[in-house]
Amino acid sequence: MAASEASRKSDTSIFNSLAFRGVVYQVLLGAGVVLLGWYLYYNTNANLERQGIATGFDFLGERAGFSIGESLIPFDSANSYGRALVVGIFNTLYVAAFGIVLATILGVFVGIARVSTNWLISKLASGYVEVCRNVPVVLHVIFWASVIRMLPPPREALAPFAGVFITNRGVIYPIPVESPVYPWVGAALVAGIVLATLFARWASRRREQTGQHVPSFLPGLGIILGLPLLAWLAGGAPIDWSVPALRGFNFQGGASLTPEFVGLLVGITVYTGAFIAEIVRAGIQSVPHGQIEAARAVGLRPGLVMRLVILPQALRVIVPPTTSQYLSLTKNSSLGVLIGYPDLVNIGNTTLNQTGQALEAIAIMMTVYLIISLTISLFMNVYNRLVAIRER
Amino acid sequence: MSVQAVAETPESAEPVIRLVDVNKWYGEFQALKDINLTIARGERVVVCGPSGSGKSTMIRCINRLEQHQRGSIVVDGIELTDNLKNIEAIRSEVGMVFQSFNLFPHLRVIDNLTLAPMWVRKMPKKDAEEAAMEYLRRVRIPEQAYKFPGQLSGGQQQRVAIARALCMQPKIMLFDEPTSALDPEMIKEVLDVMIELAESGMTMIVVTHEMGFAKTVADTMVFMDAGEIVEIAPPKVFFETPKSDRTKLFLSQILTH
Amino acid sequence: MAEMLARTGDDSPPMERTAFVHKSSEPPPIEKIGALRWMRQNLFSSPFNSALSLVTLGLVVYWGAGFIKWGILDAVWYTPDHEVCRAAAGACWAVIAEKHRPMLFGVYPYAEHWRLIIALVVYLSTVTATLTPYCWKRSILIPLWTVSLAVTGVMLWGGVFGLTYVDSAQWGGLPLTMVLFTGTVVIGFPIAILLALGRRSQLPAVKAVSVTLIESMRGVPLITILFVAVNVFPLFLPEGLEIDKMLRVVVGMAIFFACYQAEVIRGGLQAIPRGQYEAAEALGLGYWRMMVKIILPQALRICLPGIVNHIIAALKNTSFVLIIGLFDILTATTAVMQDPLWRRFFVEAYLFVAAVYFIFCFALSKYSQRVEQWLNEGRRF
Repeated sequence: MAASEASRKSDTSIFNSLAFRGVVYQVLLGAGVVLLGWYLYYNTNANLERQGIATGFDFLGERAGFSIGESLIPFDSANSYGRALVVGIFNTLYVAAFGIVLATILGVFVGIARVSTNWLISKLASGYVEVCRNVPVVLHVIFWASVIRMLPPPREALAPFAGVFITNRGVIYPIPVESPVYPWVGAALVAGIVLATLFARWASRRREQTGQHVPSFLPGLGIILGLPLLAWLAGGAPIDWSVPALRGFNFQGGASLTPEFVGLLVGITVYTGAFIAEIVRAGIQSVPHGQIEAARAVGLRPGLVMRLVILPQALRVIVPPTTSQYLSLTKNSSLGVLIGYPDLVNIGNTTLNQTGQALEAIAIMMTVYLIISLTISLFMNVYNRLVAIRER
Repeated sequence: MSVQAVAETPESAEPVIRLVDVNKWYGEFQALKDINLTIARGERVVVCGPSGSGKSTMIRCINRLEQHQRGSIVVDGIELTDNLKNIEAIRSEVGMVFQSFNLFPHLRVIDNLTLAPMWVRKMPKKDAEEAAMEYLRRVRIPEQAYKFPGQLSGGQQQRVAIARALCMQPKIMLFDEPTSALDPEMIKEVLDVMIELAESGMTMIVVTHEMGFAKTVADTMVFMDAGEIVEIAPPKVFFETPKSDRTKLFLSQILTH
Repeated sequence: MAEMLARTGDDSPPMERTAFVHKSSEPPPIEKIGALRWMRQNLFSSPFNSALSLVTLGLVVYWGAGFIKWGILDAVWYTPDHEVCRAAAGACWAVIAEKHRPMLFGVYPYAEHWRLIIALVVYLSTVTATLTPYCWKRSILIPLWTVSLAVTGVMLWGGVFGLTYVDSAQWGGLPLTMVLFTGTVVIGFPIAILLALGRRSQLPAVKAVSVTLIESMRGVPLITILFVAVNVFPLFLPEGLEIDKMLRVVVGMAIFFACYQAEVIRGGLQAIPRGQYEAAEALGLGYWRMMVKIILPQALRICLPGIVNHIIAALKNTSFVLIIGLFDILTATTAVMQDPLWRRFFVEAYLFVAAVYFIFCFALSKYSQRVEQWLNEGRRF
C-alpha cells in the first residue's frame, strides 16, 4: 500500500519526546517547590516581624524558668531551654524503652495465647486484642491517667505487696540502700551472662562433635542468677532496704514512679501490646503447615519443632512489623503532653508557649523524632538483609 | 557409613505394616471405610485412585499425621495409638516424602538433611554430614549441599526431600504424590531415584498417578475410591484384567494419554 | 475393549466383570462428638492445659462476677441527682444519660441537635452504602455523595431554609469526629495515590519529592503535625489571610494519612505484574490513562485490606485533636467530666466513648476481613 509520505513522516518534534517531557515536568516541579518555599519564607519572615517574635536558636541558651516534674539528669529552673529539651528527649526514650520491653512481653504472650489449642485462653486473648486495638491510644492514655489520679491518697494507699504502695502520687516501692557490695553484684551479673553464653556455646559445640546433648538453658539461667547471689552473700549479705513508710501526708524512703509515668506507660503498652500480639499470631500462622508435618514426620519432638523450624521462619515475618510498632510506640509517647509527663513534646510545647518561637521548637521536636525513626529503620533494614531467605 | 541393609525377599512371611478395619472421619464425613491392608517387608505398593478417594489420608494415618478413629494400624510390631512413645518409635522407622517437598527454607540443604539425625538420633555433626553427603550422592545432587532450597529446581528439591527422609534410615518409605507438583521435565529424575530406591529393597508405599512407574516397580497395586479399597492385585493382573468395573473405568480414564 | 475382555494374563478362569458396590457411609462413633469431647479437646487436652483452663476459668468467674455486680446489678441507670450515684456501690451509667448530649454533640446549640442527628443518619447511611460492592458504580456513588454532602452541610451549618446558622467553631462531638474523619480520608486519598505514583516514578525529582515527604511524615508523631497546623501554618500565610482552624487541622491530618496510605498503595502497585504495564503501553495508552483505567483499579483491589486498616487508624487519630482543643467526641467528654459533681464517674463516661469508637472501628475491621474473603474467593467487583 503506497504510503502517503506527508502523513507518515515521523514526528521528530522535541516537544513530544518522552525524555524532554520528563525533564520539563521535573523542572516545573523543582521551580514550583522553590517558588512555594520562597513564598512561605517571605510570608513567615513578614509575620514574625510583625508579631515581634524572635527567630533563631539563641533561645536555647536562655534561662528556662520552669521546673520539670521528673528527669533523669539534674534540672532546675535556672537551667537553659536547651537542657530542658535534652531532659525531654531522655524522658521520651526512657518511657519508650520500658514501653517497648513490656509491650513485647505482653504481645508475645497474648499472640501465643491466641493460637493456643485451649479455647478459653484463645478467646480471651482475642477479646483483649479486639478491644484494645479498636480504641484510640489517646483514650487509653487518658483513661489510665484518670484511674491513677483517682487512686487513694497516700494515707489510704493500696498495698498489693509488702512495701509496694499504689497511690495517686504514684507507685512507691522499696529499693536497696546504697552499699559498696552492689557494684560487685552488678559485675557478677555481667560475668554471669558472659559465662552462661560461653557455656551455651561450648554445649552446642559438644553436641556437634559428639552428638551428646548437654542441657544449657537451665544451667545457664542458674549461672546468671547464682553468681550475683554469691557476690551478694560474699559481701556480707546486706539486707538494708529503704522501705517506704508513711510520714505525715506522704511516704518517705523507697523510690517512686510518678503517676504520669505510670499512666502513660500502661496506656501505650496495653495499646501497642495488642498490635504486637496480632503480628506474633500472624507470624506463627504464616509458617506453612507442611513444615510442621515434615518436621514431625522426621521425628522431631514438638519443642524442637518450635525451636528449629517454626520460630526461625516465624521471626522473619514478625520482626519487621514489630519494629514499626516500636516506632509507633515511641511516637505515641508524645501523648505525655496530655497528662503532664515531661516528654519532649510536652517540654517543647512549654518552650513554645514561653518563647513564642513555635517554628524553632517544632522543628527541633520533629528533627529528633525523625532521627529516632530513621535509626530504627536502618537497623531493621540491616536485620532484613541478614536473615532474608535466599531464593534463586 | 553403609547406606541400606540388603533387602529381604519380598512376600516374606512377616508383614511390616498391617491395617485392620481402619476407619476415619473428618467431622461427619467418612474418609476411610474399613481399610484392610497388609504390606510385607520389602514390598513395593502403589496406591492409585481418583481425587478424594482417601489415598493420602490412608498413608498419612500410617505415621500419625492423621488420626484414625476405628480399627488398628500396626507398624513393625508397634501399634499406632495415642501413646507418644509409640508414635515417636514409628516415626523414626517411617520416612515420608510430600507432594510439596516441605523442605526447611531457612536451612541449607545439608542442614535440612542433618537436622533430624543430630537432634533425634543424637549423632555428632561430622558423622551426620558424612551420611548426608552419601545420600546426596545417591540422589545425584551432591554439589547442591550448601545451597538453600529456594535456589534449587523442583526436581532437585524433591530429591533433597527423599534424601532427607533416607537420612533417618527408615525401614519404610511413604510417598504422597511425589511428582504431582513437578514440571513434566523434572518428573523423570525423581522417578529414577525412586526406582533405584525400590531396587535396593526398601519397603515403599507410593501414592501416584505415574502408571509407568507403577508397572516398572510395583509388587502390588491398590486402587481406592470413595474411602474404600476397591481392588488389590499385582500390576500385571491389575492393568490387564482388573476385577472391578470401577477399576476398569479409572484405568480407561488414566491410561488414554 | 473386547480384546481386554478376552485376554487373561494368568491361569485363572475368565473373570466376570463385577460391578463394585460401594459401602454406605457410617456416622462417626458417637462418643467422639459432642460437648464432652469438645471440652476434652479444647480445654483439657493435656495436664498443663487443664490446669491453665481451671485457673483461667476461676479468674474469669471471679472478675466476671465482680464486673456484673458493679456494672449491672448494683448500677444506677438513670437519675439526675448525683448524690444517688455517689451513694450507690455500682456503676453510675446515669452520668451518660445525664451528659450524653454534650458528650455527643459538644457545644452545638441545644435546640438544633435534631439537625445533627439527621446529618449523622444521612452520613452513616451513605458510608454504609459506599462500602457495599453493589454501589460501586460511578452512576450511584457520585450522586449519592453529592446529595449527602449537601444535606449534611446544610444540616450542620444552617443559614438556609430557615435554619439558624451555626459557625463551624461550635461544631463538636460525634459530628465533628465524622467531619474530621471524612475530610481526612477524602482529601488524603487522592494525595496518597499521587504520592504512591510519584514514589514509583522514573523521574528522579518527582521520586525525591515523594520519598522525602512520605518518610518525613511517617517519622514524626501526629501531634507535631497538629502543632504545625495550628501554630506554624498561620505564619506561612500572607497578612490578612486566615484559614479556619478546623480546615488546617483536616489538611494536616489528611497529608499525614496520605503518607501512610501511599505506602500501602505502593505495595499494591508493586504487586501488579510488569506485563500489565507493558500491555497497556503496547496499546498506546498514555501514562495517566493507563494508571486510571488499568493499573490503579487492580492495585487498589489488591491492597484493599491494608487501605481499610489505615482508614480505621484515621478514625482513631481524630481523637488527637484533644491536644489542640477541637471538641471531638473525646475532647467533649473530657471537658464534660470536669463537672465537679460528676467527675468521679469518669470510668463510665470513658467506657461509653470507648464503646462508640469500638463499634465503628470493629465494624470497619470486620468489613476489612470480609473484603479479604471476597478477594480470596476471586470475586469480581
